Amino acid sequence: MCLAIPALIKEKDGTRAKADIGGAVREINLDIVDRPVEVGDYVLVHAGFAIHKLDEKEALETLELMRKVFGQ
Amino acid sequence: MKLSSAFRGSDLARNIAENIKKATRRRWNLMEFCGTHTVAIFRHGLRSMLPAGLNLVSGPGCPVCVTSRRDIDRILHLAGMPGVVTATYGDMMKVPGSGMSLAEKRARGADVRVVYSITDALEIARANPSARVIFVAVGFETTAPSTAAVIRAAALEGVDNFHVLSLHKVTPPVVGALIEGGTEVDGFICPGHVCSIIGSRPLEPIARDYGKPCVIAGFEPADVLQAILMLVRQLEDGRSEVEIEYTRGVRPEGNPNALAAMNEVFRKVTAEWRGIGEVEATGLKLRDEFASFDAERLIDREIVSEPDPPGCRCGEVLRGELAPTGCALFGAACTPENPVGPCMVSSEGSCATYYQYVGRQRT
Ligand code: SF4
Repeated sequence: MCLAIPALIKEKDGTRAKADIGGAVREINLDIVDRPVEVGDYVLVHAGFAIHKLDEKEALETLELMRKVFGQ
Repeated sequence: MKLSSAFRGSDLARNIAENIKKATRRRWNLMEFCGTHTVAIFRHGLRSMLPAGLNLVSGPGCPVCVTSRRDIDRILHLAGMPGVVTATYGDMMKVPGSGMSLAEKRARGADVRVVYSITDALEIARANPSARVIFVAVGFETTAPSTAAVIRAAALEGVDNFHVLSLHKVTPPVVGALIEGGTEVDGFICPGHVCSIIGSRPLEPIARDYGKPCVIAGFEPADVLQAILMLVRQLEDGRSEVEIEYTRGVRPEGNPNALAAMNEVFRKVTAEWRGIGEVEATGLKLRDEFASFDAERLIDREIVSEPDPPGCRCGEVLRGELAPTGCALFGAACTPENPVGPCMVSSEGSCATYYQYVGRQRT
């Protein structure tokens, strides 16, 4: 029940947005997202609400770290 | 997002697993608190990638499973009231109460609707002004802020036929309760999306006061394995810290907007967890300012529940003391089609997950 999935913001109107979730476009709510989001941003969506703006830089760093680990 | 699939690559997973093998010198019990992690671990066959000395134990992180029988009976009582429409998430439908489940209640004529989001329940209330719409809110910190946001919106809008039965629970104190109750775990794989909301700080007492390292993990195979590697390194080095593996989804301070919404609408009360008992400050009750939205106020009689079904060992399963396959009813009298306990109902319940991925051959 605690699954949240990445979604791409397609349109935004105040605290409502349309987002692409794995190919399907759904309406999502931006009331409680942690940071301001704009069209083109990725967010984690849980039960119709964006709960976290995904940070691409952080994601890349984690991957980098994992790859480094296996190089040891 | 392309990036998520990058965390799914099997080469990456295999290489992290290699490093886990190299790093593990002693035997360790690690608990994955969250049911979503349990499912990911089985779906991707991660257990078979670990060295023999590493034992994974499934925890109580399934909100439906830890809902007490008395709370299920309270839902059934409300759902049976005239003029009531009950809305909830699909996983709640088949959980047996003392007499029946919500699904059975619906078959007998109650108006029960499954929704994807609490916003759908508010929509039902707007569209049916003569009905009382009761949303049964289950879930941990990942879900509670959305409930808070919608209650806040309903108050602003003045939707007075909308009510919420809050069965929301907060998680960090229950980890302490498990440790004090004697569950033998050396470290915790902590729930990524709960921590998207609460951040890493509320877990610090677990690492500091109980000496149990915590790593907050994402849900892709490489995330879970990397978190296990980080835990093993802490344990082998004799460290006990809170670390975040899932940095793309969790910041140490959490989500301030979601926390503010939760705080505005709810206060913490003692809650009953199935299999664990009452744990202080883990329930979320609507504050007095929002009392008119509180479905608890509609309950007009004492609810007396029967004890849990004989033979069901959900309690021990939820505490991580017994693997589901250790229950005599598992796969025999108790299956997902005919669940005896809630751990076999929810798609993320430990018993249901074991049944789906490992247990069927036993039947
Ligand atoms: S297998 Fe069924 S009866 Fe046994 S503990 Fe799990 S839910 Fe309860």
